[in-house]
Amino acid sequence: MEGNRIEVDIKVPNKTRYLSLIGRIGEDIARELEKYSGDRDTLAYHLNLVLTEAMVNAIKHAGPNEPEKLVRIIISLHASELTIRVFDDGQGFDINAIPTPNFEELEDRGRGIFLIRSLMDSVSYHKNCRENILEMKKKLS
Amino acid sequence: MNLVNETRNDVVILYVREERLDAHNSAELKSAVQKLFEDGTKNVLVDLKDVRFIDSSGLGALVSGFKNAISHQGNLKLSSLQSQVKSMFELTRLHRVFEIFPSSVEAMENFQ
Repeated sequence: MEGNRIEVDIKVPNKTRYLSLIGRIGEDIARELEKYSGDRDTLAYHLNLVLTEAMVNAIKHAGPNEPEKLVRIIISLHASELTIRVFDDGQGFDINAIPTPNFEELEDRGRGIFLIRSLMDSVSYHKNCRENILEMKKKLS
Repeated sequence: MNLVNETRNDVVILYVREERLDAHNSAELKSAVQKLFEDGTKNVLVDLKDVRFIDSSGLGALVSGFKNAISHQGNLKLSSLQSQVKSMFELTRLHRVFEIFPSSVEAMENFQ
């Protein structure tokens, strides 16, 4: 991957059976980076995880209109900055209102966004005119 | 989901024979554990040797199982976590909640 410039734009059905496919793309990118000084296996796991969590989020928040909806994911790497965008057309939510999990209380849910925030440098969720975009960035060097 | 169930003494060992424990299959593990406790099993060991990837839903299914154990006065322990999987327990502080053993053999000794 010359110059570490990559853009992957993919759409998959909004079904959980495609999580492993999307996660594997993240793993492959981590392993194929031309320059990366950190541990590639760890990065591969982390990219697999943030893609999995973000896609689950999109599936949960997808609008009910069409049963055969697609989730669009764009992964781009430019000048050592990795940006992942995951689109959904649901009602959206306020990402800043999602609290850090209370580690003293054993909840079944509520760790997904926490994991993404822990592993990426920045996370935002905003709406453009048609859809919501979960955008995550991480500097890879 | 490929779950192999083995009973030794009074412990049910659930071997999760999947590479991923995620939002696609974790509900099955959650109900399998729930059913064990509802049917009167007191001691459950979930062995994750084959699992190389876990997400928040997979962690959630195990937390649900742990809470099920408590409400049935039972135990749920874990064994054979791969290093990346274990680091997810650490990141979410769940390593403080679960008893985690390097292998199912060591976990079995602890149940005695």
